[in-house]
Amino acid sequence: MNKPLPNTLRQGPDGRGRFGQFGGRYVAETLMPVIQEVEQAYNAARNDPAFMAEWRRLLKDYVGRPSPLWLCERLTEHLGGAKVYFKREELNHTGAHKINAVLGQIMLAKRMGKPRIIAETGAGQHGVATATACALFGLKCIVYMGATDVERQQPNVFRMKLLGAEVIPVTSGAGTLKDSMNEAMRDWVANVSDTYYCIGTVAGPAPFPQMVRDFQCVIGEETKQQILLAEGRLPDALVCAVGGGSSAMGLFHPFLDDPEVAIYGVEAAGRGIDSGEHAAAIAGGQPGVLHGNRTYLLQDAHGQIQEAHSISAGLDYPGIGPEHSWLHEIGRATYVSVTDTEALEAFQLCSRLEGIIPALESAHGLAYVMKLAPTLDKDKIIVLNLSGRGDKDIFTVAKHLGETL
Amino acid sequence: MSRIAKRFAELKAEGRGALMPFIEAYDPDPATSMALLRGLPGAGADLIELGVPFTDPMADGPTVQMAGQRALKAGGTLAGAMAMVRDFRREDDDTPIVLMGYLNPILAYGIDRFCLDASSSGVDGLIVVDLPPEEADELAIPAKAQLLDMIRLVAPTTDENRLPKVLAGTSGFIYYVAIAGITGTRSATKDTLADAIPRVRRFTDLPIAIGFGVRTPQQAAEAVQVADGAVVASALIDTLARSLDEQGRAKPDTVRKVLDQVRDLAEAVRVARVAA
Repeated sequence: MNKPLPNTLRQGPDGRGRFGQFGGRYVAETLMPVIQEVEQAYNAARNDPAFMAEWRRLLKDYVGRPSPLWLCERLTEHLGGAKVYFKREELNHTGAHKINAVLGQIMLAKRMGKPRIIAETGAGQHGVATATACALFGLKCIVYMGATDVERQQPNVFRMKLLGAEVIPVTSGAGTLKDSMNEAMRDWVANVSDTYYCIGTVAGPAPFPQMVRDFQCVIGEETKQQILLAEGRLPDALVCAVGGGSSAMGLFHPFLDDPEVAIYGVEAAGRGIDSGEHAAAIAGGQPGVLHGNRTYLLQDAHGQIQEAHSISAGLDYPGIGPEHSWLHEIGRATYVSVTDTEALEAFQLCSRLEGIIPALESAHGLAYVMKLAPTLDKDKIIVLNLSGRGDKDIFTVAKHLGETL
Repeated sequence: MSRIAKRFAELKAEGRGALMPFIEAYDPDPATSMALLRGLPGAGADLIELGVPFTDPMADGPTVQMAGQRALKAGGTLAGAMAMVRDFRREDDDTPIVLMGYLNPILAYGIDRFCLDASSSGVDGLIVVDLPPEEADELAIPAKAQLLDMIRLVAPTTDENRLPKVLAGTSGFIYYVAIAGITGTRSATKDTLADAIPRVRRFTDLPIAIGFGVRTPQQAAEAVQVADGAVVASALIDTLARSLDEQGRAKPDTVRKVLDQVRDLAEAVRVARVAA
């Protein structure tokens, strides 16, 4: 083990799975033993050079990593300020960053001898990534997806089926991501002996926030090398959209100890924070406990969890990963928010200026870059995590623009 | 002596086990729920579990989920559940009541204020489903100071290495979760329970109640033949749900139907050990 360094922000979580007061392991007793089993297996796996080498091989030859760091000349010129780079996670196999952590987790499940994989999904990106990895490894895959999301994300539902997964529509609650996570937890409780729960974001009981972050850190590690090669220095700002926050943690974490790099997490403000119809857990929520961890949550005065709203199904979640809550409280990262309308504008601008159709999630990050870049000098550098491609979103966007496809 | 300890001591002297019905506070409305709560001791409930509604009950099956949704729609809150206990205590100072729910409503209420108010309302114990021993101190310490029993869940997956940790700090009784699963789904067999309960007993002198999958009078009787109590929840809530009209409102016979079922369960529990 490395000796603890006194001045690092990269050591979390502590032995109890906490980042400051956030995180932890708030689950029913039935699940505690299997969660501890996952933690032990993960600690063994990440210290096993053969495991990590196999994961790196999959990232290179199956996912197509490293993903490029693209200098957006036309966008930079249009915004008239800082230089804007995109970390092109949308070029990964399955079209988003999700696959990075899914491959790691499915390898872990295989190592643990769990032949049955369950996952929750909102927009379907994590479900598609999990179904993909299960096809590759020959494991049974069950994806819980809110009935509302099944309706609005039909292409991804069909993709998952093509990949051999069973998609179970969840009708409890409002039938969105929060409810599908509840249902996946219920499945896991009933099938602990043969099942692995492949969580899609940096949330849930410890060790999931740490494990998913560790696998996603490949994004930030590559970015660091690439920007040093391109510019000879670190960027001035990192920007990434945050739902649960796995793409953001992956980009941010390798830079936490570089104080000259400003860090911005962009929450979904939906129809506006004041409207109450949003998904901004930090801007509009309070700390509480849900889905196994303590973190900022959208909730009412009685501690009942509120439904999130965002045009982006991937950001439509009332919580946020616990490490983000901690980075917010210690002030290392700044959390801002962007409305549906601003994200739609960014979606279109990106498509026209860079020839890249971004996921609506990533468009939230871009909308903040559009605000930030013009305020900075031209010698400043911003890196946006373009975490996913927007093919899945064209129907939603068309509807909002009044087009029929 | 706490109400819970006193009740189990009395039952032990009588040589029988406890029937513990569960109802969700405010399901389907405050008045019906209160009438049920008041009627339970007369129908044979030895202890009562009162569910606190929560939007995201991760350990519960569809039956209890729906009960929670009806309760929330009717305005159910943690404060409302405690107010029900306060009203109940005006007439009944003997029947122990355990609040069962999830952590977040307690955090939102404020842990210290909650423990104070729960205790002064006449609540005897707490079961917080998503609070394993590793995370329990922040609630367990102030709860203990207010003489509230912290009742922990022991599951079939809790192995013998882990049992002492789960049992340390548990008071009142042990809630044995009969199946690895959620409420209102499968039931454990009599043989499985006959195997599992003595395993837990080796580590504790506290009474053990069995819940999850205890639905019929026969299953309740089997539970108290190997353990000290039987918790029945989903089977009662199913009866309540079936008695509602199309708009989900209570009908005149809703309370009677649920209490009749409690009577049948109580009858089976009372004769179980004699019959065995």
